[in-house]
Amino acid sequence: MPDTTPAKKALLEVDDVTIKFGGLTAMDSVSFQIREGEILGLIGPNGAGKTTCFNVMTGVYQATSGEVRLDGVSLAGRRRHKITQLGLARTFQNIRLFKSMTVLENVMVGADAHSKVGFFDALFRLPRHRRTEEEALAKAKGLLDLVGIKARHDELAANLSYGEQRRLEIARAMATGPKLLCLDEPAAGFNPAEKVQLMQLIKKVRDQGYTVLLIEHDMKLVMGVTDRIVVLEFGKKIAEGTPAEIRDNPAVIAAYLGVDEEDAS
Amino acid sequence: MSAMSTTLSGIGRRWDGVVDRYNALPKPARLGLVILFAAFVYLLPLLRPPILTTNNIDFGGVMFSVAAFALVAVGLNIVIGYAGLLDLGYVGFYAVGAYTTGVLTTYHWHWPFFLALPLAIAVTMVTGVILGAPTLRVRGDYLAIVTLGFGEIIRITVKNVEWVGASAGIKDISHPNTIGAAPNPPFDRGGMFDVPRLQWDGIIPSLDRDHPTAVLAFGAVDAIPYYWVILTALILVLVGDRLVKSSRVGRAWEATREDEDAAELMGVPTFKYKLMAFALGAAIGGLSGAFYASGQGGYISPDSFPLLLSMLFVAAVIVGGSGNRWGAIVGGALVAYLPERFREFADYRLLFFGLALSVLAIWRPEGLLPPRRSRRAKAVEAEIEALEEGALEGSTHA
Repeated sequence: MPDTTPAKKALLEVDDVTIKFGGLTAMDSVSFQIREGEILGLIGPNGAGKTTCFNVMTGVYQATSGEVRLDGVSLAGRRRHKITQLGLARTFQNIRLFKSMTVLENVMVGADAHSKVGFFDALFRLPRHRRTEEEALAKAKGLLDLVGIKARHDELAANLSYGEQRRLEIARAMATGPKLLCLDEPAAGFNPAEKVQLMQLIKKVRDQGYTVLLIEHDMKLVMGVTDRIVVLEFGKKIAEGTPAEIRDNPAVIAAYLGVDEEDAS
Repeated sequence: MSAMSTTLSGIGRRWDGVVDRYNALPKPARLGLVILFAAFVYLLPLLRPPILTTNNIDFGGVMFSVAAFALVAVGLNIVIGYAGLLDLGYVGFYAVGAYTTGVLTTYHWHWPFFLALPLAIAVTMVTGVILGAPTLRVRGDYLAIVTLGFGEIIRITVKNVEWVGASAGIKDISHPNTIGAAPNPPFDRGGMFDVPRLQWDGIIPSLDRDHPTAVLAFGAVDAIPYYWVILTALILVLVGDRLVKSSRVGRAWEATREDEDAAELMGVPTFKYKLMAFALGAAIGGLSGAFYASGQGGYISPDSFPLLLSMLFVAAVIVGGSGNRWGAIVGGALVAYLPERFREFADYRLLFFGLALSVLAIWRPEGLLPPRRSRRAKAVEAEIEALEEGALEGSTHA
């Protein structure tokens, strides 16, 4: 559907971002854009700066220079929960759920991101509280249904299986109502069958109108699901293009397979 | 060893059973039970059930401090149990509430107690915000150390400030106004009407008309009216606690406790909610302190608020089961009640207390009545463990 529109709007712009930790340059003048409605893959070997890039976008790190803009609004110096409220949500590479809360509550925390309900609304059960609560509940249930773990909604997050936990992370992030959904290695630890299911889920999410940024190691998954790919190596962008272009790009092949014959890992 | 832990976790299961059966009842039955239970709790110091009643000290007074501790524990449970902030200086807020009341009703002004009470709560809440705003940026152990210091600072400050009575403290703090006429003041206590109490001969109760309690007469003799007032405050706080906990606010607290960074990235303004928990906890501590100040004794001094009291408060929450309001009440009640009931062993009470805490820490670190959800998680864990062990045993048998 978005493919037919001639000029796709840039939703997120990473503009010449550099990050230095002391003497180490984790990201070096990286620029790319994520267009509305697409699935962008961000790939690169271990230590290429993918997660750093993620952390800059979500406000965990501050860029040394350059800036990240979401829908034209600079994210520099914003508190992390404000960035989420602006419309950027993420999942975590190492799953970070609220373990002793139920599955439904986890998603509802996400759904609360735009809630204006405060202490007094809750204490006096004002109409706004009830309305917001009902909306959040409906939204959370819908999302659990979408990711396929609705039956487990009353379970504690800690008691879910690994795959279900990853799905819950996606549902929770989606509940914050993001314009851009960032998935940090959502397939880590998955077997091939689970990966296929995940690919289907990501496509389904995109079809719901979300824009997705996918950080991933698994090339098959990335090639299969993304519209475009950005490749990082040693903190620099070395390539950008469609999956087909990336597959044939010599720099990418060198980065992944190594140029040295003995070093084939 | 396992017998001990089974007994302890049995408490949690039995409690679950009680809650389940209660929830299964139709609404009018539930309402009836709640009223019955509340009536029982209100009348407890008049009923004086044989095993519960303390013989050598005034049972009404004990029940008052039980309720005061329970109130404190409910407040601290918001801070520690819900928001996960270890506050080791909670006695500081208790002291601020008590001193504000003392100063307003007696030492500098002569406000009636029920006018001073809201101000005492407000002052304590503001104190909580002032302390929390800079310190809630540090986490975990650091927060514990900062709050520990705060409790001591309050105590040492009031000890050195003449305006609040310095080390002599504040004496003869006005009691709440008695409701009901007292035509002949020194001999009449006033109050609305008198109620007799029970006395027990073995298991046979009879009415004891020689020690009646005048309802809503606040004097120096009878602690029971104070107990009724603080119990009412406790019930109101509990209702509020329940409403707020089961809302967006409660979820934000729990998410912050579970994983502060993840919560922040899911759009929870964690600092705001931590500060809110801190201020609310402080306000409830101040509320309890205000009752303590104008209670039966009517005397406070810096020595009324030692560091040990902070530790007891934290112990009450942990013993009861951090995160469960009923657990906090049980913990607070036990911590206040047991030393009074077993006065005979008064010399050893800290020893026993330490032993009990150790036993609990080893076999039931989550407390007597932890939130049902953590019990559920624990049960699943145990099940998996049992399955694994079972699988091993099975293979050795085969």
